[in-house]
Amino acid sequence: MPELRDYIPIVGESIINDLRSLALRLKGKVIQNINSTAVGGGVAEILNRMVLLLKELGLDCRWDVIKGGVDFFEVTKKFHNALHGRIQEITQKDFDIFLKTSLDNIQQLNIYGDIVFIHDPQPIALIKKRTDNKWLWRCHVDVSSADNKVWQFLKYFIIQYDAVVFSAPHFSQKLPIRQYLISPSIDPLSDKNKELSKETIDAILYKYNIPKDKPIITQISRFDRLKDPIGVIEAYRLVKKYNDCRLVLAGGTAADDPEAVEFFAEVKEKARDDPDIHILLLPHDDITINALQRASSVIIQKSIKEGFGLTVAEALWKAKPVVASNVGGIPLQIKHKYSGLLCNSIEGLAFSIKQLLNSPAYAKKLGENGREHIKNNFLITRHLKDYILLFLSLYYQEDIVYL
Amino acid sequence: MQKLVKAKEPFRFCSRFHLSELTGLKATNIEELLELIKTVPGSSIYHHTHRFLQQHQYLSPEPPNDFAYWIREVLGEDELGERLASIDIMEFPTIRSLREKIISIIENYLREKPKVKLKFSSIDEAFHFIKSRSFIILTDYIAYDLKEFVEILKKITIDSIYFHIFEARLRLEKKTNDFSWWIEDSLGNKKLALKISRLDPYTRTLEDLRKEIISIVEKEIT
Repeated sequence: MPELRDYIPIVGESIINDLRSLALRLKGKVIQNINSTAVGGGVAEILNRMVLLLKELGLDCRWDVIKGGVDFFEVTKKFHNALHGRIQEITQKDFDIFLKTSLDNIQQLNIYGDIVFIHDPQPIALIKKRTDNKWLWRCHVDVSSADNKVWQFLKYFIIQYDAVVFSAPHFSQKLPIRQYLISPSIDPLSDKNKELSKETIDAILYKYNIPKDKPIITQISRFDRLKDPIGVIEAYRLVKKYNDCRLVLAGGTAADDPEAVEFFAEVKEKARDDPDIHILLLPHDDITINALQRASSVIIQKSIKEGFGLTVAEALWKAKPVVASNVGGIPLQIKHKYSGLLCNSIEGLAFSIKQLLNSPAYAKKLGENGREHIKNNFLITRHLKDYILLFLSLYYQEDIVYL
Repeated sequence: MQKLVKAKEPFRFCSRFHLSELTGLKATNIEELLELIKTVPGSSIYHHTHRFLQQHQYLSPEPPNDFAYWIREVLGEDELGERLASIDIMEFPTIRSLREKIISIIENYLREKPKVKLKFSSIDEAFHFIKSRSFIILTDYIAYDLKEFVEILKKITIDSIYFHIFEARLRLEKKTNDFSWWIEDSLGNKKLALKISRLDPYTRTLEDLRKEIISIVEKEIT
């Protein structure tokens, strides 16, 4: 695992010194993170990195996991979907299952933190153990179009916290407690983002039978309607009339979800036998994703709906010109015509791709600006700084705080 | 020319960090935006007129003004966007006066072009009001003369420069930036202080501003 000093060549020593200086102000405080799983999923991935780096900064940062049976996690999966705005049938029995498991955790889990940092809805009811310590709820979910029944159920717990954290401005709600905006981040030293040698990139292109004879346009996303791979293929066909190129669609799919399997077949059908369309159903393989992004001339993210869309940050970090839909957290990452191009339609996407393929200097500049924007705003070091400030903020009321 | 005059009081560099606080307030048309501009805390007006500067340090100056950006890009009102973007923030010593200026520009425009009130953004493109909470710390960097000052300026974080130029002047309601204040008050170099205070920080990137100040000070001491 990389250490803090490994980030100095990327962000500069003064940023790391600032983190050390801020962390000193939390000396003696115990920070207890609690979520629902130690492995798998984005939250565990972030916590794995964060807890180690915060410890290296001298903070007493720990991590506990709640327990729950299959029925509990089925209910929380339904909650998750409902918070994302999907129609779910949620019964009183579901709420009862949630409350029963929550009660078990309230009885069994030891709360020792000066600051208790709860991640996502699963452990939210632990707030019932509140004493005179500070409690934060980190919502990693897009709740901008949340199902009202589930939201109201959770709100009962949320308003007992000191503050809540959302990932994008439009996720915020009217609440009687403080709400903070902390965007997610990428780790520039992870397998998905670290520098790769030309040999590694070429070997991966060879493995997947992708020749380098034409510009490569890539979308990295799971095969899901909300990522609109069909629209991507249609845009590619519009581009192809004027610019010879290849299209790579790479990502995973949920093998146990019949709808996802059916949709993947639909995408394959749409591509027909075009030898320049490469559809790669990948297992979890960060180095391959990294290599495909680095081999691309243009990267696209034509999502119809998006939580934050960190694949955009990953592409920009590699200084690639990106065209992406103007949805979710994407406009936070791309300022149109400065650090990439935003689009709202298949035709708009196709036009922007052509523009980037035909104006390499412009494409290069957008990529460079994009990388700089990610460096300043979406790397893990900024995320660490925000978390430390968040913890500190619990001990002050003013808008201007002298530490 | 004054060379390496020892300061009466050394310059202690601070750094400033901000945490964005969501207010839960949003606007989807110009009237809602105007009403909220009138009532949100000053730290929100500050956030939306300065955030751009910090988050887009590398850009050559785009208006450091979220209101202008939203009105132009989302509502498609280029003229009003331009009027707001070109507010000379340097002329306003307080957030209160800056807020009043923004309000008067929008109200005047609405009188001239009332049909703008009919324009709505989609929910996805609504304007969300955010405010800044600032955390200020003293760094270990201390300058006793201009040579030390310029050496520190080369390596200090952009957050520190931001604090001493923007935050100190407008949000903390000091009359000038901290650098000029120290150079005049502790080094007695009024001419140099004036040269720095005349730089319009809103029409430069922060890195360009750093370079410009370094260049001015180096000319003074060589």
